Amino acid sequence: MPQEKDAAGKPAKPPRPPLSLWITPVALGWLLPGGGHFYLKRWNRGALLLFAVSGMFVFGLLMRGRMFEPGDTDLFNIILNYGGFVGDLANGALYFLATWFGYSQPDMPGAAPDYGAKFLVCAGLLNILAMIDAYEIAVGNKS
Amino acid sequence: MHWNPTHFEASFLFALFTSIVFGIVGKRTDRERLHYGLYVFGCFMAAIFGLAWLMYFGHG
Repeated sequence: MPQEKDAAGKPAKPPRPPLSLWITPVALGWLLPGGGHFYLKRWNRGALLLFAVSGMFVFGLLMRGRMFEPGDTDLFNIILNYGGFVGDLANGALYFLATWFGYSQPDMPGAAPDYGAKFLVCAGLLNILAMIDAYEIAVGNKS
Repeated sequence: MHWNPTHFEASFLFALFTSIVFGIVGKRTDRERLHYGLYVFGCFMAAIFGLAWLMYFGHG
């Protein structure tokens, strides 16, 4: 089938999928790792994502990793803290539960707390990948 | 409760969790997902051992 082209002769962009199609699985995927996949009845994949993301988050807590908080004085630390904060926040309910239960770890020297902070951020980044996967399934790009 | 892992334990866990997620989101069939997850895990392990030996010899 020939590709549709716009007035300038460039290939036309496919229409954006409606919000109602993907917002629920993506929001559920953010709140609970694998939640979007559970909503879309991909039980095995959802369970594996829940295991991997929450496992990494729990090990990050056990290693006493610090949660990033936005704001600082110099530009490098502002970027670092905002980036880390977004990563932590991407853990959804895991992040909110940890902070509501009073988890607050100062920045400590040593390998374990350093690994822990990276585990917490990486768990959030992996959850973002899971949310993108849930989006792809919801809009029909993946099965 | 506090856990103080070795460098190998921490990097092994990181490799395990990351390769599970990469395997799931990276491919389209279950067979491809399993193969890709194992491949990514193998790459992590090769990098961990390779860099560990490099640092060992680098320190003399």
